Amino acid sequence: MRLVLRGITKRFGSVVANDSISLSVEPGEIHCLLGENGAGKSTLMNVLYGLYKADEGEIELDGEVQHFTGPGDAMAAGIGMVHQHFMLIPVFSVAENVMLGNETTGFAGTLDLDASRARVTEISDRFGFHVDPDALVEDLPVGVQQRVEIIKALSRDAELLVFDEPTAVLTPQETDELMEIMRQLKEAGKAIVFITHKLREVRAVADRITVIRLGKVVGEAEPTASNAELASMMVGRPVELTVHKDAPTLGADALVVKDLRVTDLAGHRQVDGLSFTIRAGEVLCVAGVQGNGQTELTEALLGLQDDVSGSITLDGEELVGRSTRRILDAGVGFIPEDRQVDGLVPNFTIAENLMLNRSFKSPFVKNGSLRLGALREFAQKKLKEYDVRARDIDSLAANLSGGNQQKVVVARELSRELRLLVAAQPTRGVDVGSIEFIHKQIVATRDSGIPVLVVSTELDEVVALADRIMVLYRGRVVGIVPADTPRETLGLMMTGERPKDLKDVAS
Amino acid sequence: MNDTDKPQPDPQPDRPEDSAGQTLTEPATEDRQQEERSRSVLREIVSGDAMAGVLAVFLAVFVGSVMIAATDEGVRETASYITARPSDFFTALWDAISGAYSAMFRGSVFNYLLTEPAQQWRPLTETLKFAGPLILGGLGVGLAFRASLFNIGGRGQMLVAGGAAGYVGFQFDLPTVVHLPLALIVAMVAGALWGGIAGLLKARTGAHEVIVTIMLNYVAYYLLFYALTKEWLLKTPGSVNPKSPPMKETAILPKVLGDQFNLHLGFIIALVAVGVAWWLLNRSTLGYRIRAVGENPHAARASGINVGMTYTIVMMIAGSLLGLAGANQVLGTVTSGVSLDLDASIGFDAITVALLGRSKPLGILAAGILFGALKAGGFTMQASENISVDLVLVVQSLIVLFLAAPPLVRAIFRLPAQEAK
Repeated sequence: MRLVLRGITKRFGSVVANDSISLSVEPGEIHCLLGENGAGKSTLMNVLYGLYKADEGEIELDGEVQHFTGPGDAMAAGIGMVHQHFMLIPVFSVAENVMLGNETTGFAGTLDLDASRARVTEISDRFGFHVDPDALVEDLPVGVQQRVEIIKALSRDAELLVFDEPTAVLTPQETDELMEIMRQLKEAGKAIVFITHKLREVRAVADRITVIRLGKVVGEAEPTASNAELASMMVGRPVELTVHKDAPTLGADALVVKDLRVTDLAGHRQVDGLSFTIRAGEVLCVAGVQGNGQTELTEALLGLQDDVSGSITLDGEELVGRSTRRILDAGVGFIPEDRQVDGLVPNFTIAENLMLNRSFKSPFVKNGSLRLGALREFAQKKLKEYDVRARDIDSLAANLSGGNQQKVVVARELSRELRLLVAAQPTRGVDVGSIEFIHKQIVATRDSGIPVLVVSTELDEVVALADRIMVLYRGRVVGIVPADTPRETLGLMMTGERPKDLKDVAS
Repeated sequence: MNDTDKPQPDPQPDRPEDSAGQTLTEPATEDRQQEERSRSVLREIVSGDAMAGVLAVFLAVFVGSVMIAATDEGVRETASYITARPSDFFTALWDAISGAYSAMFRGSVFNYLLTEPAQQWRPLTETLKFAGPLILGGLGVGLAFRASLFNIGGRGQMLVAGGAAGYVGFQFDLPTVVHLPLALIVAMVAGALWGGIAGLLKARTGAHEVIVTIMLNYVAYYLLFYALTKEWLLKTPGSVNPKSPPMKETAILPKVLGDQFNLHLGFIIALVAVGVAWWLLNRSTLGYRIRAVGENPHAARASGINVGMTYTIVMMIAGSLLGLAGANQVLGTVTSGVSLDLDASIGFDAITVALLGRSKPLGILAAGILFGALKAGGFTMQASENISVDLVLVVQSLIVLFLAAPPLVRAIFRLPAQEAK
């Protein structure tokens, strides 16, 4: 199916989210929509899917102009959407989810589950999805759940598939598998729109690339374009993708973790006998597939886990057993992996968010009352210093883009006197321009002699920032290796294998 | 760092919301939205704008008018021959509705039928007298709302505090300067302990505060009942009724406008409490932490704020405010002795007051006075127009109903969808 969008314009009040966007997608083609968060990609797709009505412009499928009034029309016309957040019912089986909204019924309205099951099996076999139609969705890994979404779209004979930021929730392996699935779908003659802001993925699968910035198409690019070219089109200025840093000036051992064990509420040992040391002025990156104990490790460092044994000493002081507040007050900066949940209070202003972990004593507190003047002054300064793009310090954090939200978190953590920085997924869901900025801040922190622990599932980020890399698998250290370890070796280690000739580096 | 050639527009400008209260943003923020949606109902009620509150009151009064008309003898009679003489019907309609609301006005603000100024203004003082405990209770519920705790336990907190204050009030012989403050403090402490139980249980075991506070209402009721049957506790010796002896003069809240008005110090205490609550929420670090915990307990915890402790403290403060409301009843409004109905349903009305006041101290002040006026006016309405005082309850309930359905109110008044804040 051939899709043509002509001059789509969508306004929200005075904000133009899509400004006369035109593009076409051919059958058997993967068309990438590349743009930063907030560029208007999702708005465009919601127009296509009938969720929003365009103020101007038209949607044409195989030469016919469409007038969608809702997703039902779009689905009937052969458009399938794979959402970033799956629209699945966890307690239903795969077959039940696939038939949902499109139920085939037998005598007296009984559900024809067998038909759905057969459909799932057929599609699954055709594309090699390996999905069991009777498995409950809640029991499936994220990557498989996504395939259920794809099956759901395909079971309705979708000819055009829209993938909205599909890799945001996937592990590197699952991402590779998804890429393979997309290629297969392409071979089968489906038209595919792939929305993302990750350059590597774009270059891996795209046949054509359309770059969107601030609601406008800024141009088309070839998949052969370099990362730097794509990034500068997205951001609108040259972007440095590599992190420039000098050799570390190492100090004494600062953070010493010995035989750390963390057990979660369900009784599972998530961190199992971890020992490592970070020296002052050094970045240790923790690599690994999501869910191998990284979250529990950072939370244990911050006193957010209940069942912790072993020892964590910072400059000789024991941290295990201390409350989060006392750990923060000891000079531990924390950039949590999910800023929406742990990092910010969305309905607080930027200024209020900037004092979140300093609500007990100076500089923003005096005799139990807030020093609003001092807070405002501080916030004004940090807004400028950290280049947070917001109307003013009274903007709600919820209204900021991901990158700007993260800058608020970074500003809050780095403007305290630190003795350790723990940064978990510091650039997840952050636009390219902000990634560059945050990486510079992390390196600057290291250069000022502070030990830094970075947790990241993005190998690019690990390699860019690390002085040493610690690979975790199932809560254990596979190895601690130098930053120049080949990616293939790291990838192998992330699956739990330890190359025979591997030597750990002390630092 | 970021050298742009031209000034960039606000990267994430405010976007409009659809009627479900969901912001139209890029998927990066969808996660939060989903969590939002689940809490959005409470949030809409708690943080909506004042305009929606005014409109909800207006709508409720309108529906109330329809009910007055529908139940009025004259209106029904004239309606039977409406086609023959429509003017009769409309006259009757007007009489019924205007009669009801002017009676309410006379009973709650200014009685223009009387001649002596003091007597004319007496209804307003009655309104404020009723408003006092409603404001105190509303603050107690509203403060808990701000920590996203639903304090349904106002009744129990009032009963326990009222009983304790009453005990101090009739049992001890002390000079006023000691007796009255002591009774008030005892009431606050009792309320704080009772409210604190729910907070502590939530903090320690995760028990839901709604269930705990509702159950504590029963516990408080039967505890008070028990105390009122035992002479060594609250019961009047020699009496058969479950009622305590009357309060000693030295423990009674003094009248503030002289003896001809019933308005007592309770209202002044409520005004002070409004000021304290405003400072607490907006200017104190404790209030900052309460709001942080209420908006996002995860981030609060990761920032070193003890969430459980905050819940406990909030519930203690809430309980002490409701305790003051209880003391206000026992030591000010009904000084003839502690009885089982001392709370006069204020514990529940306080929820409505807090909702209408959007959990903001000044909003609660206004809502409390409005509800006080409805209470004061309701009696006059019943006496002079023979309209059941229950109508006032219906109007109060409708206010909450319309508050809980802002999209409905917006649709009725054709207001634009609420802008993202």
